[in-house]
Amino acid sequence: MAELGAERAGLAIDPDKAYLIESRLGPVARRESFGSVADLIAAVRGGADERLETACVEALAPSETRFFRDRAVFEHLWREVVPEVARHRPDGVVRIWSAGCGAGQEIYSLAMLQAEAPAPTGRVELFASDLSERLLDRARLGVYSSFEVQRGLSARQLVRHFENRDEHFQLAKKVRQEVRWRRVNLMEDLTPLGAFDIVLCRYVLSGFTARARSETTARLAALVAPGGALVLGEEEALAAEGFAPARAGLYRRAGGARAAA
Amino acid sequence: MKTCLVVDDSRVVRKVARRLLEDRGFAVAEAGDGMEGLAWCRAMMPDLVLLEANMPLMSGLEFLRRLRLEPGGRGPKVVFCSAEANLDRIREALDAGAAEYIIKPFDGDIVADKLALAGVA
Repeated sequence: MAELGAERAGLAIDPDKAYLIESRLGPVARRESFGSVADLIAAVRGGADERLETACVEALAPSETRFFRDRAVFEHLWREVVPEVARHRPDGVVRIWSAGCGAGQEIYSLAMLQAEAPAPTGRVELFASDLSERLLDRARLGVYSSFEVQRGLSARQLVRHFENRDEHFQLAKKVRQEVRWRRVNLMEDLTPLGAFDIVLCRYVLSGFTARARSETTARLAALVAPGGALVLGEEEALAAEGFAPARAGLYRRAGGARAAA
Repeated sequence: MKTCLVVDDSRVVRKVARRLLEDRGFAVAEAGDGMEGLAWCRAMMPDLVLLEANMPLMSGLEFLRRLRLEPGGRGPKVVFCSAEANLDRIREALDAGAAEYIIKPFDGDIVADKLALAGVA
């Protein structure tokens, strides 16, 4: 399973940490009507169908995220980077991509900021991607538990942007519809996605093998437009030519202009 | 050292809250109802009040209203902490002057995040 995760999605899973594999594959085993995780693994080993393999790989990827994780980074992006980038764009459009978006809290944090304080110049386009279709479906729905909406989200933002949905909370449709979603495996060619002004890939790459991490970082960096930013987790370092650290985890690419998308 | 008064009619909740707050460096006092809470505040106004919304003798909203009328009563940040998850009730608490709102059950990470958002971390 660890090999499969590494090969297909660049995931670094210590095979000794059987409990991790067990806990992440448990829901897949139940969903696919296997008696146990061991039965599921046996089926995959025995050359199960592609769909089952994909489901396992998707489930193995760590997906924990939260609203406004490291809040200061979001404030800096919104107050400093977005207006500055917008001024340099001929069309005034700022393209932002949350890569490895999980259940969507990161990109929705930006969507909420956009609703609260629209960028003064131009327009912001929000994109989000994940390896897992199941997580993307969850993200599109925008339904979160009370634990999830309390991690990082202020009560004022909760009452402003959410509605009660049984025991859960659903993000208002007008905020959700600001985001475009797509399944993307970061191990594959990313150039068809086009250039972005800001790429966020936070606390995703630290779950990758060293090789996958360095290759993916290079692919992500290549998509960042001149003058844009690549935002990693606070302790995730970037070694890419033409980028300079602006604050913990946030790297700015030199230059100013990007051709209109 | 910052001080926090926990006003909650549940002894278990007060105990859990005390541990989480003491872990974050607060000196903690407890009150089992709003009247006792107001008496505490008159004796020594805390920096933070962690307040249950639904209590039998005096509701959290009523406590907050009366606290603000006390000398120095506009000082403490008030964070509601309640199983009440209806967004209209949460909005009421914020409109009445609450700095934050924690929905029970909560854990240490949520408390840490909420205290930071309330500006009392």
